[in-house]
Amino acid sequence: MKYTVNEKGFYGNFGGAYIPEMLYPNVEELKEKYLQIIQDRAFQDEFRSLLKDYVGRPTPLYHAKRLSEKFNTTIYLKREDLCHTGAHKINNTLGQILLAKRLGKKRIIAETGAGQHGVATATVCALMGYDCIVYMGEVDMERQKSNVERMKMLGAQVIPAKSGSRTLKDATNEAIRDWINNPVDTHYIIGSVVGPHPYPDMVARFQSVISDEVKKQLMEKTGKENPDYVIACVGGGSNAAGAFYHFLDNEKVKLIAVEAAGKGVDSGYSAATTYLGKPGIIHGSKTLLMQTEDGQVVEPHSISAGLDYPGIGPIHAHLFESGRAKFFSITDEEAFKAGVMLSRLEGIIPALESAHAIAVLENLNIKKSDVVVLNLSGRGDKDLMTYITKKDEFLKD
Amino acid sequence: METKTKVNNRITQLFQQKKAGVLNIYFTAGFPNLEDTAQIIKSLEVAGADMVEIGMPFSDPLADGPTIQQSNEAALRNGMNMKKLFEQLKDIRKEVKIPLLLMGYLNPVMQYGVEDFCKKANELGVDGIILPDLPIEEYIETYKGLFESYNLSNIFLVAPNTSAERLKKIDQNSSGFIYIVSTDSTTGNTKDITQAEGYFKKIQSSGLNNPTLIGFNINDHKSFNFACNYANGAIIGSAFIKALKEAKELKGSISNFVSSIKKS
Repeated sequence: MKYTVNEKGFYGNFGGAYIPEMLYPNVEELKEKYLQIIQDRAFQDEFRSLLKDYVGRPTPLYHAKRLSEKFNTTIYLKREDLCHTGAHKINNTLGQILLAKRLGKKRIIAETGAGQHGVATATVCALMGYDCIVYMGEVDMERQKSNVERMKMLGAQVIPAKSGSRTLKDATNEAIRDWINNPVDTHYIIGSVVGPHPYPDMVARFQSVISDEVKKQLMEKTGKENPDYVIACVGGGSNAAGAFYHFLDNEKVKLIAVEAAGKGVDSGYSAATTYLGKPGIIHGSKTLLMQTEDGQVVEPHSISAGLDYPGIGPIHAHLFESGRAKFFSITDEEAFKAGVMLSRLEGIIPALESAHAIAVLENLNIKKSDVVVLNLSGRGDKDLMTYITKKDEFLKD
Repeated sequence: METKTKVNNRITQLFQQKKAGVLNIYFTAGFPNLEDTAQIIKSLEVAGADMVEIGMPFSDPLADGPTIQQSNEAALRNGMNMKKLFEQLKDIRKEVKIPLLLMGYLNPVMQYGVEDFCKKANELGVDGIILPDLPIEEYIETYKGLFESYNLSNIFLVAPNTSAERLKKIDQNSSGFIYIVSTDSTTGNTKDITQAEGYFKKIQSSGLNNPTLIGFNINDHKSFNFACNYANGAIIGSAFIKALKEAKELKGSISNFVSSIKKS
């Protein structure tokens, strides 16, 4: 079984490029050039050097002793929360801005949900002197005001997406429409392993630095390079794709993907795509999609804006369908409690997205001798308001 | 070379008779009101439209600008769906003679089942399908035989940056007509189509087997006439949706709108 993309842009039954003709030349140009560009020596030197000195990589692989003790096993946290801008998102935006430069593009557009990808894009645009336009759902702009201010401070223009449900999926639609209207000079930096081929593969490659480092760091710390488990949360799935990437072909490594159950998978307020979705097409890619019987896209719900997406990257749809990764879903309440638990056990306040990955530890039958790597994709500063306002609801006891 | 398509329907017949000034009008089924569909089609025929594109509303219409996005949203809120639409079109061929097309996005069609969809479209007397997010490669590999067996023309879009090589591939696999997108834009943009003259001329001189209609940003008599100089006709969508939105009475407003486009 092959888990990376094939020459036609598919992962098993999922992927492809379902795009209007107006975008075809752009996407085709990317498809033709992306591998050559990112495998180029000079590109890699520049990318690696900025990852090290600007992003702060390698991020630590931290043996979380008190957390390990609680679950009677050995748990390492991959500290993506310590990346510049507070999450793994910048690994991808940095790669894509260097690519955009080599493609001769003059203008950058992006979509954002919670604002993390928007901030990471605005950051690299400031770094490289690019004009940056970020589309963000009007509802999300209200929910994530501080990230809107951060993007503006970094020089980006934030445009409210006013169509549909005015959240992440609509911001993505607006970014794609902008690209249709500006196909020649603009590069679209997609924030996750979603969108038409080659985006899912390209973003996965930029994020694969996570598992590349994990292998080396684990070797140093334990004498073996493969853990028994790799755990990551999945919205679109970029941090999970990066954390799984170098372990995909080693079937002994159990891959655990954690989706947001929201208020419960059957509550009508959920973002558990593999549980609720059927094959469909969203944002140019065939994947599992939450939709009505009539094929209209359904608005998901999660306490964490980063997991609040009605689809899932096609690589994850394939990992799910093939059984290579095991998918779990965690409710808002479970994630919230896990976030508080990690704060008190390890002195690390996780992003609510990452808190979903922590919460799943309760559901796995991990052995004492196992080594678990959990990708801590982001820090919780951005979620402080939610941690404060939901405290009474979720921490009654 | 691809084998020549065997499709023979009202679209191919229309272009055998009428080579210039073909007016194709798009509207969103279920807008402004859920039950307006049949009335709008009939009124368009009476008013003198040569062809009608019936929009199947979708929650995420990527290639559309704000006007058609909003008509899609409104239609869905009104309760439109594929089954409902097919029910509304049940008797349309008892009265309407002009070619009819269904325009929408691939996902709802996939959920309905592509074969069932083609079969139903054929039963209802639909002649053509426009799905802007269906890639031509997948069409050729998976669906071409199916569409042709139900005598449906699948209409492909061509954009300003489409290469000559790809244009040829599209032409070889099309029937009915080719949809020439006037400028790099979503529908209902305000980009000036006269700037696209060079591109229109290039298409015009490329020796296509299929007729062409120019669409996107055609909104009045002037832009319609301009487009007709370089193609067999043109397509109007957003401007018609705006007219419907403001219409006090459908039939009269539709008649006025079509006259305003075609006035000689």
